[in-house]
Amino acid sequence: MAANAQALPAPRARRSAAPGLAIGLSTLYLSVIVLLPLAALASRAHGWDAITSAQATSALRLTLLVSLTVALINAVAGTAIAWTLVRDRFLGQGFVNALVDLPFALPTIVAGLTLLTLYRDVAFTRWAILLALLFVTLPFVVRTVQPVLLELDTEMEDAAASLGASRLATFRRVILPNIFPAILSGVALAFARAVGEFGSVVLISGNLPFKTEVASVYVFGRIESGDTGGAAAASVVILAISCGVLLTIGGVRRWATRHDR
Amino acid sequence: MIEARGIVKRFGDFTALDSVSVEVEAGSLTALLGPSGSGKSTLLRVIAGLERPDAGQVCLERRDVTALAPQQRGVGFVFQHYAAFKHMTVWENVAFGLKIRRRPRAEVKHRVGELLELVQLARLGDRYPAQLSGGQRQRMGLARALAVDPKVLLLDEPFGALDARVRKELRAWLRRLHDETHTTTVIVTHDQEEAMEVADRVVVMNGGRIEQTAPPRELYDHPANEFVMSFVGPVNRLGDAFIRPHDIELLVEPNGATQEAMVQRLVHLGFEVRVELVRDDGEVLSAQLTREQVEALELQRGQIVYVRPMRQTVFAD
Amino acid sequence: MIGRYVLRFAALGYIAALLATPVGYVFGKTFGHGFWPAWHGVATPDAVHALKLTLIIAAIAVPANTIFGVLAALAIVRHRFPGAGIFNAVVDLPLALSPVVVGLALLLLYGRGGWLGGHHVLFALPGMVLATMLVCLPFVVREVVPVLREIGTEQEQAAATLGASALQTFVRVTWPAIRWATAFGVVLGTARALGEFGAVSVVSGRLAEQTETLTLYVQDRYQAFDETGAYASAVVLALIAVTTLLLMTALKPKEETR
Repeated sequence: MAANAQALPAPRARRSAAPGLAIGLSTLYLSVIVLLPLAALASRAHGWDAITSAQATSALRLTLLVSLTVALINAVAGTAIAWTLVRDRFLGQGFVNALVDLPFALPTIVAGLTLLTLYRDVAFTRWAILLALLFVTLPFVVRTVQPVLLELDTEMEDAAASLGASRLATFRRVILPNIFPAILSGVALAFARAVGEFGSVVLISGNLPFKTEVASVYVFGRIESGDTGGAAAASVVILAISCGVLLTIGGVRRWATRHDR
Repeated sequence: MIEARGIVKRFGDFTALDSVSVEVEAGSLTALLGPSGSGKSTLLRVIAGLERPDAGQVCLERRDVTALAPQQRGVGFVFQHYAAFKHMTVWENVAFGLKIRRRPRAEVKHRVGELLELVQLARLGDRYPAQLSGGQRQRMGLARALAVDPKVLLLDEPFGALDARVRKELRAWLRRLHDETHTTTVIVTHDQEEAMEVADRVVVMNGGRIEQTAPPRELYDHPANEFVMSFVGPVNRLGDAFIRPHDIELLVEPNGATQEAMVQRLVHLGFEVRVELVRDDGEVLSAQLTREQVEALELQRGQIVYVRPMRQTVFAD
Repeated sequence: MIGRYVLRFAALGYIAALLATPVGYVFGKTFGHGFWPAWHGVATPDAVHALKLTLIIAAIAVPANTIFGVLAALAIVRHRFPGAGIFNAVVDLPLALSPVVVGLALLLLYGRGGWLGGHHVLFALPGMVLATMLVCLPFVVREVVPVLREIGTEQEQAAATLGASALQTFVRVTWPAIRWATAFGVVLGTARALGEFGAVSVVSGRLAEQTETLTLYVQDRYQAFDETGAYASAVVLALIAVTTLLLMTALKPKEETR
């Protein structure tokens, strides 16, 4: 007994306290900050005319149309930018790489103001909305595709070349299928952001009902006129549609990565 | 046939290939053998067009292809880490080259089926590379490269990532395949046993230069310099002389120009025995005897014996 | 070969037209008449108060979120519990929520007639802090979770076998591994907090000098046709954004070479 030099610490039941604390506290925080308000939103939603009125459907249609367009433009532009940042070499590349994050860092109201200053001619038109949304969603596809491109095994491209594939064929048959899931992730994020965007659009679009009023501005209008129930109803519908689109994109993504399982 | 003349390739300050020239006979299987950094992979990639040389010329079948992209050279390339198209099935991987060339469906189907049979992956056509073992993936890589009937087949340490048993199997299999197809083949390896076993001719490389080009037997029996001799097999050094372990004779009594040494260890490797000896001056020698020879000499640990080289090589500097 | 230059030109042109030129133009316009006019435009009492308010909100929301973020990441990755999947999804939810909807939800919860109504949460600091906490919620969690996943539990298990308590393990083993990811998440979250507009727009009541953040101030000045004031305060926010970008750039390599 005495020969045993190293005494082990007395066993404590501490193993069970730490996880419980982390889970408990974070769940509490999450519930109070996120779930409770959303529950209140869902419970107070009422008033069908807020959703089915001509103004509402117009705003919704406009929002979905522009958001999908923006998501698709980003799929192409974002991939091209990610490619240039990963595969190309030019002076100032680091600067451009940092610049891509600007829409994440810049307040949306400032974004709207800066676009309005330079592109005055499109103010109060639907193009203004497109412009603002392109600005705020720029980083999404770039940042999801970049890491995948960095990790991509260039030997696959060498193999394709040795088998006779041109650069274009190699891109289409080898590179693109491997970055497609990442593009989809970025597209989903961009779409979700575009649908809910408010700050950058509110100044530049003019918010003309039936012309340039997006869903978030419509909801804001309902709040200002005291119809919080209707605003809540519209919000729930917008959320549901967004979720539907996101789930679909998620499903496509899972199908596209079936070879990894 | 392949001819490379005066190939120079530098990566920054590092010279990978220092004016290398090599000729590969049509229909032969040649090995590029050397340690890491010797330039053998770089030379292979230059021949394939995957690297552009800073100077020199590459000719395939007497055609100057130095300026041509890999797509246009008609070479088949097999990569050490397989370079499998992980988003395609085994079948689609092998069919890739044919699809690029827009071969008719029926032809593609026939050819791919044929090749999968050849590499014994016929039942795994619908699997994805991630679901295959290393050996299976490499066989797929080989089938893929062969699908487009390349004039030249280039293999870059193809079995390096596989475990020993699979390596030996695939090595033998590759040689049999070559004997059937007679495609001009170049294989890069750092494993001298592999090169000696599989190749018609071996090109030994070191530090961006070619040390010797010869059939395996000649390389072993008549090495051009110390590097080649010690790279292709174990070697003992006695002063200026280099002696193979099996060329060391052990005697119980001193006799003429023999040297004294003590038996330090006997390692029984099946039929052969490796006898590790140490001389007075601390120099260690390694002799290779048969079991019968050891028993006849009644060799034991700590025993004093007398060493005589039956054959030795000295290199003029 | 040519393709590379075309692509480079197209990509850089897109970024220049969408990002660089507008921002550069605003800086030019703001300081176009010199530094001092711009300074006067932003040194008004209202603007100063708006900036202070913005900073106070961030000073409360960001630390709270950071603690939550680390705890939540640990809960999700290390302590698999029933409902972890839903938990993870809810954490990501704020990214899909329109800021206006966020403001509305808080309005309905804490307003007159709401479940937690009548406690002077709305049209005051608490409401704006809560809105900011909601929108910034995901950032630290999303940065820390992948790091925790990647480093695995082996080091922590080794610490346990050597006698370390949960707290000691966290401080000496886990935290050093996640601190840069946490810092990165904090920078992102702070930028988001300082730039929040839509949600605070709904819950603040827009009373100048009391519940107007700097972002609301920008809109207020623009609508009052005070262009200089609007641009000047926009530039202040833009400068903060640039600082954020610099921090992000500095922290990214540290985050990636763990």
